[in-house]
Amino acid sequence: MKRMKGGEEGSDDSSCESPAEVCKKVRKQLSEDSEPEVAESLDCNWARLPQELLLHIFQYLPLLDRAYASQVCRGWNQAFHMPELWRCFEFELNQPASSYLKATHPDLIKQIIKRHSNHLQYVSFKVDSSTESAEAACDILSQLVNCSLKTLGLISTARPSFMEVPKSHFISALTVVFVNSKSLSSLKIDDTPVDDPSLKVLVANNSDTLKLLKMSSCPHVSPAGILCVADQCHGLRELALNYHLLSDELLLALSSEKHVHLEHLRIDVVSENPGQHFHTIKKSSWDAMMRHSPKFNLVMYFFLYEDEFGPFFNEEIPVTHLYFGRSVSKEVLGRVGLHCPRLVELVVCANGLRPLDEELIRIAKHCTQLSAIGLGECEVSCSAFVEFVKMCGRRLSQLSIMEEVLIPDHKYSLDEIHWEVSKHLGRVWFPDMMPTW
Amino acid sequence: MALNSIHWFRKGLRLHDNPALREAVQGAATVRCVYFLDPWFAGSSNVGVNRWRFLLQCLEDLDANLRKLNSRLFVIRGQPANVFPRLFKEWKISRLTFEYDSEPFGKERDAAIKKLAMEAGVEVIVKISHTLYDLDKIIELNGGQPPLTYKRFQTLISRLDPPEMPVEMLTDTLMGRCVTPVSEDHGDKYGVPSLEELGFDTEGLPSAVWPGGETEALTRIERHLERKAWVANFERPRMNANSLLASPTGLSPYLRFGCLSCRLFYFKLTDLYRKVKKNSSPPLSLYGQLLWREFFYTAATNNPRFDKMEGNPICVRIPWDKNPEALAKWAEAKTGFPWIDAIMTQLRQEGWIHHLARHAVACFLTRGDLWISWEEGMKVFEELLLDADWSVNAGSWMWLSCSSFFQQFFHCYCPVGFGRRTDPNGDFIRRYLPVLRGFPAKFIYDPWNAPESVQAAAKCIIGVHYPKPMVHHAEASRLNIERMKQIYQQLSRYRGLGTRSENINLYGEEKPQSGKRVREGRLSERAVGLVEEDKGPRHEHNQRWCLSPRGRVGWKVSFKGGCGGRAGH
Repeated sequence: MKRMKGGEEGSDDSSCESPAEVCKKVRKQLSEDSEPEVAESLDCNWARLPQELLLHIFQYLPLLDRAYASQVCRGWNQAFHMPELWRCFEFELNQPASSYLKATHPDLIKQIIKRHSNHLQYVSFKVDSSTESAEAACDILSQLVNCSLKTLGLISTARPSFMEVPKSHFISALTVVFVNSKSLSSLKIDDTPVDDPSLKVLVANNSDTLKLLKMSSCPHVSPAGILCVADQCHGLRELALNYHLLSDELLLALSSEKHVHLEHLRIDVVSENPGQHFHTIKKSSWDAMMRHSPKFNLVMYFFLYEDEFGPFFNEEIPVTHLYFGRSVSKEVLGRVGLHCPRLVELVVCANGLRPLDEELIRIAKHCTQLSAIGLGECEVSCSAFVEFVKMCGRRLSQLSIMEEVLIPDHKYSLDEIHWEVSKHLGRVWFPDMMPTW
Repeated sequence: MALNSIHWFRKGLRLHDNPALREAVQGAATVRCVYFLDPWFAGSSNVGVNRWRFLLQCLEDLDANLRKLNSRLFVIRGQPANVFPRLFKEWKISRLTFEYDSEPFGKERDAAIKKLAMEAGVEVIVKISHTLYDLDKIIELNGGQPPLTYKRFQTLISRLDPPEMPVEMLTDTLMGRCVTPVSEDHGDKYGVPSLEELGFDTEGLPSAVWPGGETEALTRIERHLERKAWVANFERPRMNANSLLASPTGLSPYLRFGCLSCRLFYFKLTDLYRKVKKNSSPPLSLYGQLLWREFFYTAATNNPRFDKMEGNPICVRIPWDKNPEALAKWAEAKTGFPWIDAIMTQLRQEGWIHHLARHAVACFLTRGDLWISWEEGMKVFEELLLDADWSVNAGSWMWLSCSSFFQQFFHCYCPVGFGRRTDPNGDFIRRYLPVLRGFPAKFIYDPWNAPESVQAAAKCIIGVHYPKPMVHHAEASRLNIERMKQIYQQLSRYRGLGTRSENINLYGEEKPQSGKRVREGRLSERAVGLVEEDKGPRHEHNQRWCLSPRGRVGWKVSFKGGCGGRAGH
């Protein structure tokens, strides 16, 4: 009885053939055999499925199912351990006392460290609010010595528990990765105790490859520390940090000739105490950025008290996505209309009880790229709102307005306004609603 | 053979617009109206004293009104499944009637009772009168799935025939020759229990701000409509400080217990509108309160896990924090944020808070500040809130925590600013948190920012007489918005506000391969508007019956003869 040889032969050129093609090959081979025994044996030859088919199928299975499958026979067990299946992994570290979600099984973690740490390339850690989970993440990191990671993400899903880990423990774990990887491309370390010296290590080993760095709310980093990154990592395309790290020098470094075009810069402006003072960035620095990377997204999140906006929006700024997480005054929104010509998305959580009619119209007029707007606790008269939508027209792909924002006036009631707006938008539109009961 | 019937009250605690009750009386020789109560259960249930009191007042009112018809209410101690067989025999029952209950465990319970009745040769008649529409028809019209946006729901409603007219109140005439045999010891055997009998300590309990009962409900609805007519304006009234207080025209608890028929309310509103506006077609927004209730009932009726995050096909899995101390502070009005604490105090004392107040405290607990699961908040509301029933409560909490129904997560309510804008003088705070009375309006919403001299003058030192704020709001909201964004970004193809700008995938060129993520995306796709409602996506529809609501001693256990389970409504 002929045995299928498809499995062993096929595996070498798996990259050029799709699994569907391999399947066809195998079937063709079988159909050429006229012996009935082979047709019979097809039914019980699951063990002889070509490895690349198995790989393709296993990739669809969640990890647990894959693990069960791997217990079926040696061939499938081998497939389970193919390096391609272990390139990406997300470690979920949760404690029952602080989270409802399950954690990655400790045995699985041991297995991965033992057998697959050198296959890992795209890794993330999701930890809950317990210090235990963050420490467990650091322990795993410390053991990834044979790893050459391309991506690393440290994500706290609730409170920032990495900040509770003893700083030295965290830094040494992180340094292991920085030193061993030498080809880190994406690094996400928001809300962690990373510091200037560890950034230097990052730069020393990965300056050629680093493309994405997200480090919002890292209080131990100074402007000098991040400047070092910008100076050395010329491939950096995406950067997220807090406003206190932003400086004119940083923007100039990111716009230097050697630097690639920046694609995305996210800045969080957060007030620690009421009445906090914020430094200003020169218009010339923003201009330099614009000349160097004309298409870059500048995303700014503001969590300030109303009277802390003094240093902002007094001159033209190339912001594209603007988010006001707290109350922002009419006056500031007026300045936004004047000085943010590149604005694409605007979200205002709260404003107050004076209508934003003029400010919205001004934004519609000057912010010709605006395609998304969200208004929370604000007030706008229906007529002004219709005018706003008319001026923006069909470029508004996202219009998220709470029903309570719209104040009916002599021209439009609430029921009439959704028709008017839908007309100008070219699609059916309703305001966002909240249950009333 | 004489026809003896039982009408089984659960919700629908009224004699007006009660088609099932009329069926009980129609051509019957005797009728007995029963209500089941398990006193043992009262003490251990998650239902607070205000809700019990309201219910008992409803039952007293029913009994009083039935007396006028020479009948009585029979309050039966025990569980329906245990007691019905005995009653069927003892009273020689051949007909059982009740109002349709659309909630999943209600349907399960009723199916079991129907079976019992069939075995005993008892005819069962069920009528819809707790909702405006037949909810199954709405679902059918939407291709077998409940609508998950209010807009879609409104569209479907407008295609249906209008709700059925309310039926007449039960009168002597309608009773006809039907009588209720009442024994001498009816009061002892079947009387409405008192709060004390149920194990509550009523010493010092202030009188009810919301008195229960059909009589009160009918008075209120007239007042409610009078006020609307006087205002001659059917728009949603602007929110002001007064709106926060309990109103003598408020109707939501009466709708929940069924003291007031929603259909009666619907038709009275329609009539009034037509009279005042001389316009024949009122807009759907006129019925806002009623339609929201209907929306949540529809969404919940086929989903036994509607009140859970795990295994609920329409709920997004959010990594909420487990934090019992923080939860207790919120529930006990000790957060240190006067706006939140005043609202929670009103809730505990009176059993009702304005819907915007609900938004404020729900947002604070979940996605706004504490990042605690909406299921916990739902349980607290269930205990304290008079108008919270299973469907509406769970649905509202999912909505407010952005766990379902396509909600935009940037709508965040500030625990200082929102209150300040609603009631600048702070009267609401002073009323419910007397310890803060001495603070001027400038500082009453954030007393921790008041200079020491102001605190001393107010005779209230923050940290001593009133707690310090339990979170730093700016920091908490920054974090939480980031968390919500992480979750929504992972739900494939979501491109709502706040996530559009971040295109670059953490994994760079390689697509994430974990099968788990793909699945999760699909489960929640319906919940977050990735697939249009009209197309009706494939998704894993969980058909398992939930054994017990809220994980308490459940219906199945009591069916075997033990105590526990829901207290019959």
